[in-house]
Amino acid sequence: MPSERRLCKKLSSTLTNPAPLGASEKGQLGVYIHWPFCLSKCPYCDFNSHVREGIDEAAWRAAYVRSVEHYAQRLPGRQVRSIFFGGGTPSLMSPETAEAIISEIQKNWQVSNDVEITLEANPTSVEIEKFRAFQMAGVNRVSIGVQALNDTDLKFLGREHSAKEAIQAIETARKVFDRYSFDLIYARPEQSLSAWEDELARAQDLADSHLSLYQLTIERNTPFYMSHEQGLFSIPEEGLAADFYTLTQEVMEGYGLPAYEVSNHARAGEESRHNMIYWTYGDYVGIGPGAHGRITIDGRKYPTREHQAPDIWLDRAGKDGTAAKAEASLSHYDRFMEALMMGLRLRAGVRWEDLDRAAGHGESAQVFLDHAKLQTVQDQGWALCDDDGIALTQEGRLRLNALLPYILKEA
Amino acid sequence: MSHTLEHIRNFAIIAHIDHGKSTLADRLIQTCGGLEEREMTEQVLDNTDIERERGITIKAQTVRLEYTAKDGITYQLNLMDTPGHVDFSYEVSRSLASCEGSILVVDATQGVEAQTLANVYMAIENDHEIVPAINKIDLPSADVDFAKQQIEEVIGLDASGAVPCSGKTGAGIHDLLEAICTTLPPPKEGDRNAPTKALLVDSWYDIYLGVVVLVRVVDGTLRKGQRIKFMSNGKMREIDRVGMFTPKHVLLDELGPGEMGFITASIKDISETNVGDTITDEKRPCAEKLPGFKPSIPMVFCSFYPADAGDFEKLRESLGKVRLNDASLHYEMESSQALGLGFRCGFLGLLHMEIIQERLSREFDLDLIPTAPSVVYKINMTNGEQIELYNPVDLPDVVKIKTIEEPWIRATILVPDEYLGGLLKLCQDRRGVQEQLTYVGSGSNARAMLVYRLPLNEVVFDFYDRLKSLSKGYASFDYELDGYGENDLVKLEIRVNEEPVDALAMIVHRDSAETRGRGMCERLKDLIPRQMFKIAIQAAIGGKIIARENVSALRKDVTAKCYGGDVSRKKKLLEKQKKGKAKMRQYGNVEIPQSAFIAALKMGDE
Repeated sequence: MPSERRLCKKLSSTLTNPAPLGASEKGQLGVYIHWPFCLSKCPYCDFNSHVREGIDEAAWRAAYVRSVEHYAQRLPGRQVRSIFFGGGTPSLMSPETAEAIISEIQKNWQVSNDVEITLEANPTSVEIEKFRAFQMAGVNRVSIGVQALNDTDLKFLGREHSAKEAIQAIETARKVFDRYSFDLIYARPEQSLSAWEDELARAQDLADSHLSLYQLTIERNTPFYMSHEQGLFSIPEEGLAADFYTLTQEVMEGYGLPAYEVSNHARAGEESRHNMIYWTYGDYVGIGPGAHGRITIDGRKYPTREHQAPDIWLDRAGKDGTAAKAEASLSHYDRFMEALMMGLRLRAGVRWEDLDRAAGHGESAQVFLDHAKLQTVQDQGWALCDDDGIALTQEGRLRLNALLPYILKEA
Repeated sequence: MSHTLEHIRNFAIIAHIDHGKSTLADRLIQTCGGLEEREMTEQVLDNTDIERERGITIKAQTVRLEYTAKDGITYQLNLMDTPGHVDFSYEVSRSLASCEGSILVVDATQGVEAQTLANVYMAIENDHEIVPAINKIDLPSADVDFAKQQIEEVIGLDASGAVPCSGKTGAGIHDLLEAICTTLPPPKEGDRNAPTKALLVDSWYDIYLGVVVLVRVVDGTLRKGQRIKFMSNGKMREIDRVGMFTPKHVLLDELGPGEMGFITASIKDISETNVGDTITDEKRPCAEKLPGFKPSIPMVFCSFYPADAGDFEKLRESLGKVRLNDASLHYEMESSQALGLGFRCGFLGLLHMEIIQERLSREFDLDLIPTAPSVVYKINMTNGEQIELYNPVDLPDVVKIKTIEEPWIRATILVPDEYLGGLLKLCQDRRGVQEQLTYVGSGSNARAMLVYRLPLNEVVFDFYDRLKSLSKGYASFDYELDGYGENDLVKLEIRVNEEPVDALAMIVHRDSAETRGRGMCERLKDLIPRQMFKIAIQAAIGGKIIARENVSALRKDVTAKCYGGDVSRKKKLLEKQKKGKAKMRQYGNVEIPQSAFIAALKMGDE
């Protein structure tokens, strides 16, 4: 079939990781550091973030350092390929803390030469002033939470910065860091397709080689959820939301920043290495309140989840290096499901051999798929399959949440 | 304490639902010292939670009271509290057959209702003396004269001896007790020395006692150690307990002629004890059986499916246990493509169905899916055969059918004039044929009395709810079966992506097929979650599509952000979706959650 041949080509040409990370013990490791504090909570955000004054940063620094030590003991001999400071607003932490964590990682693990060290930053003037110091501390990539390029929408989104400040932050990042990315949220209330297209044009002028473009979704346990339920605002209905998505794909493709994942765009080779670890189901350590990890030990894959509450995490991790409950290793089916769920987010899709390795039961993981249904989704033009692997088309990715349970067999 | 026949009074209390029958019974019990004040709970005779909560009586209950009347004589009063709902008129008829008199309770604020009428006529058929009791006189809106007038005008009963009373405050209770002793007759016959002859009034399973048999002795005696015989099946047992309810269980040495009480005889299987049977002495049997009762006939059918397919065995066991106390429940296994394995059940009526369902969910913690209620059709085949159809799915090929007959009822409805128009339309819409429209009462109390012939099928489908809502609750309704009649009936099929959904098939009149089919399609459209594929919902008669709706396909359903911290959460969601699939039914390339069909079946709730 021509489509399959096309896929063969596509799979081999677009799988950008030279070596699949997989779930191997010798595989490379990502380290995620969660800083749980923000200056204010954004109304759309359901992440584990807290607004707090009088943070004892020395104690937090010690706890992170202790935690790195703890995980290094559990995962000796690994090579760290990426470090990611997320949050919350990690750009609020002092560069000394970032430095202490980075050097503790270097002390405990081998760190690859091309390690990617990303810091999520908000574009306020205070944080922009710290960019240089973070760079000195070892950070080589920033991901800036710009979210919108006009002040009205920024205000609606509850952001504490102006569009002007956002642009300043991007300009500074360009000078200071090797690489930078920024986030925008689209499909906002009242936003028109043409306004978004204009905004994307401005965004690509400002962009380096990576952009994250998220559709606004209303999450439970957020202020937006309440006001949306009360009908105080509305977001584009599904048809329009799909049009927004499709437009975004086309426009960005035209700018040479195609989507390599559902919401992430990059020039070839400029993907976020850290996030690619998640989507290729590699190992990563999660440090900080509420941080999750997936680590392989003795051929078994363990999920880790640190305690959510900042004070409890600080107290326990400060002493023991972790505030996670011991968890049972994941079943083969779980591993397959997670790897597929993440892998199908990528335009490149996922290779059968990587899925087999992810499942880790020594046989073909395809037993977990309903092949008749797989055929149906291919016939619909939503998926491409060949001997190498499976990838979704743009239309398929647009329906990922419904498509996954459809093609999965019972456990 | 032994009583001569002429000092025994066996009586039933009959009333429309909500007229305070059980409260009045409570007060009689308390006044006669059956229970201390501290032992009184609301509606002591309503034993089950469902009875208490809904304020209804399902099972008839018997209590023996001692009352010393003004004439100085201590009377034995056997009180039977009877169900007030139309579904349980069968229970009522049993109770009435074992008594000689009735207290007719009429709410002083409401007057006579449809159910009152039905029960009174049943009592009159049983040659009962009737003492009207005008209850709830404590209420400010009570109008005793109005109630009396209605009793005379609507029922045609002499209300001069009516006793005004209040079950709530106790006012007039002594007058009522006096009236029972003076107006109601003692048991008619009864020869102590004749061979034992007793009527099996009711029976139920008690986990401590085994099967408890409620009896009314006609001749002879029942005593502990006696060998007895059930005449319908020849089963022989030894009595191990004889007693009465006060309403507490009190053991007695014997039950004599005219008396009511219970016996136990180490019976484990309730099916041995046929209600209406005659119990006699094994060695010295009586010559003739008592006439007994007409057996109960299930009128309304529906299927129960466990929401969790794994609960099928539990459902089977639970139905078995419920049947132990409710011989009027019928069931047999069946299998549905849409809903899996379940049971087709037969009930006395809609309330009975609801109560069984509630018992199953409450007492046995079962999550059930009931299908749309249906009735028994008679199918006349072209080859002359007649088939009884219990489930619309089983309707034979239409070319082999000559005619279809459906059961009809004769309904009596009492309604204040202002709501009459709405109810006439309702009856008309439900293919009703008016037989009578008269007015009872006068002035502001005037009410219309409607008598309609209606197909039962139209009544089992949300008729009662509509009646209540159209009349703001003021209309009362009762019915009796009125034979079968041919009609232009068709099987309405609901199809999802061209495939019929068996659980949604129904037999309807051709004229209402389109409305019903359209309604079901519209409802399913809202209930079936959108999927990646377009879903066609159709209603069809034979090959002809009469209504159609589409569920449009999903265009976008994807999580915007999914990083390391989201894996577990997203996986949980996925697992939930997968787990939901166990309850999914495949129709073409789409999977429909069972819950959509379940919700569609609850259509009558609207």
